[in-house]
Formats: sequence, C-alpha cells, structure tokens
Amino acid sequence: MLDRLSFPQPWLSLILFITWQLLSEGISGGSLVMGIVLAWAIPQITHGFWPERPAFISPWRMPAYLLRVLMDIVVASFHVARLILSPRKPRPVFVCYPLELEHPLAISILASTISLTPGTVSADISDDQKLLLVHALDAESDQEVIDAIRTRYEKPLLEMFQ
Amino acid sequence: MSLFAEYAICFLLLLGGAFTLIGAIGLARLPDFFTRLHGPTKATTLGVGAIMLSSVIYFTSQGESIGISEILITVFLFMTAPVSANILAKAAMHIGVKTTENTEGQPWEQ
Repeated sequence: MLDRLSFPQPWLSLILFITWQLLSEGISGGSLVMGIVLAWAIPQITHGFWPERPAFISPWRMPAYLLRVLMDIVVASFHVARLILSPRKPRPVFVCYPLELEHPLAISILASTISLTPGTVSADISDDQKLLLVHALDAESDQEVIDAIRTRYEKPLLEMFQ
Repeated sequence: MSLFAEYAICFLLLLGGAFTLIGAIGLARLPDFFTRLHGPTKATTLGVGAIMLSSVIYFTSQGESIGISEILITVFLFMTAPVSANILAKAAMHIGVKTTENTEGQPWEQ
C-alpha cells in the first residue's frame, strides 16, 4: 500500500510537476494539486516501461551535448534543404552501426539524436542491443556515417553514462 | 515593438516557412519511402523551431509574458519527432517497402 503512494522516480516527478506549473496559466491552488496528482500518477502508470535506474555519471555534460545537437540540427537542415532542391539524386545508405553504449536509456538518447539530426534516421535496433540500423539520406560510404556518429554523439554519451 | 524585434520576427517566420515548404517539396521529390522519411522529421524540425522562436519574441516584446509554453511545445516536438520516425521506419521494414536501386545496404529481416 505504501509502495503505491510513493514516488518511484523523484526526478521524473519533479520535472512533471514543474512542467505542469509552466503549462497552466499562472500558479494557483488548483494547478499545484493537479501537478502533484500528475507527478504521482504518471510515474506509477509508466513504471513498467522504465527498465532500470538510469545511471548518469556526469549529468553536467548534458547541456553541452544538447547545444551541440541543436547546432547540428541547424547546420544539417541547410544541407538537407540544398540536397532536396538540387537536381542531383541522393545516395541513400543503410548502415549497421555497432553500439558501444550499453545502457538502454543512453541508446535511446543516441537513437533519438540520430533521428533528429538531418540526413540520418535510426530505423531499428537488433535484439541483442549491439547494432543500430541507421538510414542515411546521402552518404559517401558506411564508414563515413559510422565515424560521424561515433565521434560526435556516442563519445560524449559514453562519458556521460559509463 | 522595437524595429529590431520586428526584423527578427520577420526573418524567423520566413525561415520557418521556407524550411516547411522545402520539407514538403522533399516529400514529393525524393525517390522512395525511407528517403521521404527524412522530410517531415528534419527540415520541418527547424521550420517549426523557427516559427516558435518568432512567436516567443513577439509575445515577449508585447510585454504580456515570456512564451514558456512555446518553448515547451518545441521541446515536446523534438522529443516526439524521432519516435514517430522510428515507428514509421519499423512499420515500413515490417511490410517490406521497396527501396530505390541506388540504395547501398539492406534493411535486415524482422
């Protein structure tokens, strides 16, 4: 019974609570109560989807990583825009990307990053979580895509998680 | 509203509109399903981001309130766009959508 009333993920609950305060029109008694209800209910309902505790070793590296991803989105959007408007045909490639990350949360962050940065979409992950199937819109070779992901995104994530 | 804010808003709106348009053109021009997948997740990401940013500047310069909800919309969009792209790609692989001839490599069997 007590287990049901607890907050299994305090950070998630805190983020949900703050997000709800920002979304509602000004902080009032009602929004505070609703925020607490949501902060309790959502982690309880989604409990089964969180495989294990995320093991952040150095969370202060996160802002720098996000900034880099944001810059890459802007720069690479221009590349894709030029590619779409140019008469040249794109050279799509399916790449099997060998993962060095092991933590499920870290892998999903990497996969989301790959999907968000223009030119690559992560399509699937192998059952043993060792390979990530990536579709690149326009690339010279497999190795080019793998090297770019490895140095730009996986290295910083490795430092963050392991 | 200051002149600078007006210019910034105009620039961001045009940039956002242009990128959304290019994303739509890409949807029509690119050769197969997997390449078309890049349109809505990519160019549109920056397009919506720019339009949201112009909205933030507009409401801030009007002095009503800081546009926190716009920033949250952008954050939610950035979090959900990769998931939908991933699910679309998985579904396409599952039913075995054809790829263009010049695609290197193959999607693996499910």
